[in-house]
Amino acid sequence: MTERIVGPELELVSDSETGGKKGVGLSPSGLLRSLNSSFAYGRPWAITLLAIVTALIAGAVLLTVTTPATLQAWGSFFSNPIGALSATWFLVGDVYRDIFTGSIVDPPALFQAITTGQGWVAVLTPLSETLTQATPLIIAGLAVAVGFQSGVFNIGAQGQIIAGAICASYAGWAIQLPSPIHLALTVAAGLAGGAIAGFIPGILKAKTGAHEVIVTIMLNYVILNFLLYLLTNRPFRQPGQSNAISRPVDASAQLPHLLGSALPANLGIVLALVAAYLVSWFMKRSTLGFSFLIMGANPTAGRTAGIDSKRVTVLVMVISGALAGLAGMVILSGSTLMLTSGFGGNVGFDAITVALLGRNRPLGVVLAALLFGALDVGGRAMEAATGVPVDLISVIQAIIVLLVAAPALVREIYRLKATSLRSVELGTRGWGA
Amino acid sequence: MSGTGDVAWTGGVSDTGAKLIATSTVTPTVISMTRIRGLGVVSLLLTAIAAPIFGFGQPASARVIFTFGSAQSIALPQLALPVRWFSLSMAVVMLLAGVVLLLTQTRRGAYGVFAAAVVAFLWSFLAWAARGNSLNLTSVLASSLVASIPLIFGSMSGILCERSGVINIAIEGQFLAGAFMGAMIGSWTQNLWLGLLAGAVVGALIGLLLAFLSLRYAVDQIIVGVVLVALATGLTNYLTNQLLNPFQGTLNSPSTFPALPIPILDKIPVVGPVLFDQNIFVYLAVVLVVAIDIALFRARWGLRVRSVGEHPEASQSVGISVVRTRYRSVVLGGAVAGVGGVAFTLGSVGEFSVGMSAGLGFVALAVMIFGRWRPYSAFLAALLFGFSDALQSILAVLNVPIPSPFLIMAPYLVTIGVVAGLVGRAVPPGADGKPFLQQSKG
Repeated sequence: MTERIVGPELELVSDSETGGKKGVGLSPSGLLRSLNSSFAYGRPWAITLLAIVTALIAGAVLLTVTTPATLQAWGSFFSNPIGALSATWFLVGDVYRDIFTGSIVDPPALFQAITTGQGWVAVLTPLSETLTQATPLIIAGLAVAVGFQSGVFNIGAQGQIIAGAICASYAGWAIQLPSPIHLALTVAAGLAGGAIAGFIPGILKAKTGAHEVIVTIMLNYVILNFLLYLLTNRPFRQPGQSNAISRPVDASAQLPHLLGSALPANLGIVLALVAAYLVSWFMKRSTLGFSFLIMGANPTAGRTAGIDSKRVTVLVMVISGALAGLAGMVILSGSTLMLTSGFGGNVGFDAITVALLGRNRPLGVVLAALLFGALDVGGRAMEAATGVPVDLISVIQAIIVLLVAAPALVREIYRLKATSLRSVELGTRGWGA
Repeated sequence: MSGTGDVAWTGGVSDTGAKLIATSTVTPTVISMTRIRGLGVVSLLLTAIAAPIFGFGQPASARVIFTFGSAQSIALPQLALPVRWFSLSMAVVMLLAGVVLLLTQTRRGAYGVFAAAVVAFLWSFLAWAARGNSLNLTSVLASSLVASIPLIFGSMSGILCERSGVINIAIEGQFLAGAFMGAMIGSWTQNLWLGLLAGAVVGALIGLLLAFLSLRYAVDQIIVGVVLVALATGLTNYLTNQLLNPFQGTLNSPSTFPALPIPILDKIPVVGPVLFDQNIFVYLAVVLVVAIDIALFRARWGLRVRSVGEHPEASQSVGISVVRTRYRSVVLGGAVAGVGGVAFTLGSVGEFSVGMSAGLGFVALAVMIFGRWRPYSAFLAALLFGFSDALQSILAVLNVPIPSPFLIMAPYLVTIGVVAGLVGRAVPPGADGKPFLQQSKG
């Protein structure tokens, strides 16, 4: 769907319009011209980049107008314009620098580590945290993207994540097994839990026509409350604890760390990349995946061709749910080890925006999740350092996705040459489909 | 927004044409016989739960006392009933309803019969839950109505938008933004009416953004809606932590709209305290339902809105500006949802807290679908949801042996049941959610 917002016909037209000028030579000027035309004709990646820049600017404006100190400085703009500008500059600069150093790397520390050979753990921690944060986003983003590409709107990733984590948690502490088998079983439990949570809206849609948007949102609340029930009752509740938290998963069911125990990066990122590859292969190469894509692109044509649309709906929801469940398992076995009332944070909803930002393609989802993971991690560091609420990040993320979903708007803002404002095609088909 | 090539028909708007379009393409809502039989089975199942547990399971001596008291209205005597016999008589109603649904040959009135079974079940359940206690029915009804207020505003917003062919998933975002602005402006200016106005305006602005992106750029409406909810959530979270919390006293402590008892009418037992001793939002909601029904189904304005929602191309051919009509409906719908958001803060708790609408904006969509895009039906559906919400707090007070998470689940499970079991493949307006690509002349 969003994939088709920047569909092939658009690119085709812009290709033919740029025609001979495109100059894909190796010369620097040719490269520059090609870059220039990418922007001028609003290629997808250029749109995404401009959307990110625009959102960062919007975030800076929001920050400036909601911080008392800068507001005061702007109040006396006419008596002291430099003061207003510099106050803004330092505030925004601090915030964005903290986001960068908190999520990627702190350049002075890196320089020191290179020259002295000491302190590599501290240097690599931000990046490693970003990877860990991005891992469930990648998997859950794939879950949503599979649904989007198949014409099914799965807003239930949040609930499916929790369902997967509940099952994985049970498998993680109730059963004693040697490490690799136990871990594999926990993965399977996570997949199964999510699959069940996805099956319910799938079968309800296929059998009764209940729209998946409503059912999945409602299930999010149902599953969350079920979790709250489990956390305060046996057998899940951790004995001897007054807080509502579950037992921790056994060491044999935890995802092993990749870069030593001091750094949080774990095997989950490998699982996520494997999942991305498998989803890519499945949608592109397998017969079932192809029927998913057809039902997403044109259900009427699909039905005419003999595809069982109800079966596809159920299967899409099951696969999507299973992926989300895997994301829940990765959060559990990779980071939190215990279930809490706030388990999963906002990953299920961020997955929707990640899928949209990645244009529902596996590689796009991976990159989008890395960006969002970095923003989340950096946002937390920024809040700790400057006191600006981390929620600023979710505003920036929402604006990025809003702009990416409306490429024509970005083209108009930046006066890019557009083939046609109305060359956009739609994916979902309202309540009836 | 509408270009010069908007109108293909040059002789003004043909209302005869609009009427034909608005009414001809609507598929009549037909309930299948299978579904009626299914409802019959459900009614029998309810009987099978109610009769043994709430009826025979109770000792003959168990009593429940229903009271009708209220400070203002004329007092009614309280009613002490034996739980067993009350529940059993309700079970008979369920049984009869089930039998009727299983044997009937006509489709008319099936929902009504089923509703009777559900209501009877709820009564017997209430009697069971309150056994040995007294239950103030007036306050049950009043809190149900109050709980349904956001849903009424939300579903009316949905109806306005979707009747014109634009899906408004962003109601949840409009709730949050309306609640936030209502609290902030109401607190800052010390003027509740300005707060109400600000809530309506911010709701309308979100509606405008939804309309702008989906009408001008034909972006998928569901996607825009979901992202707008994310934006509204993020913005209200951020601003709450950045501004409202540090300046709680000036920015987040508005007063609330007082109850406005209507003289004489509020003295009527039960009805008075429930309907005529409420705050402005309750009256506003009821007036809104009537007004929207009249506007949509009795006025020329609604004729055009509906024809645009059913068949935009045909509507354009009889001279209606599709884009302008949709803009108007979506912005108006946004304002309505924004006012519903204000009800969260200025109508009840008097301060904004993060994520306070708790998904009710999405429940409102289910209410709208359950009500089949009709104001009065959606109103009744909202009351049902409000009741299931009020029930949860009543049961918590009564110490019913059901864990509270399951009680909180109830409205959401009811929504799923309603959408899957009762509504099924509901028939939305013909062009709902579909983009309209304006044809230019020549």
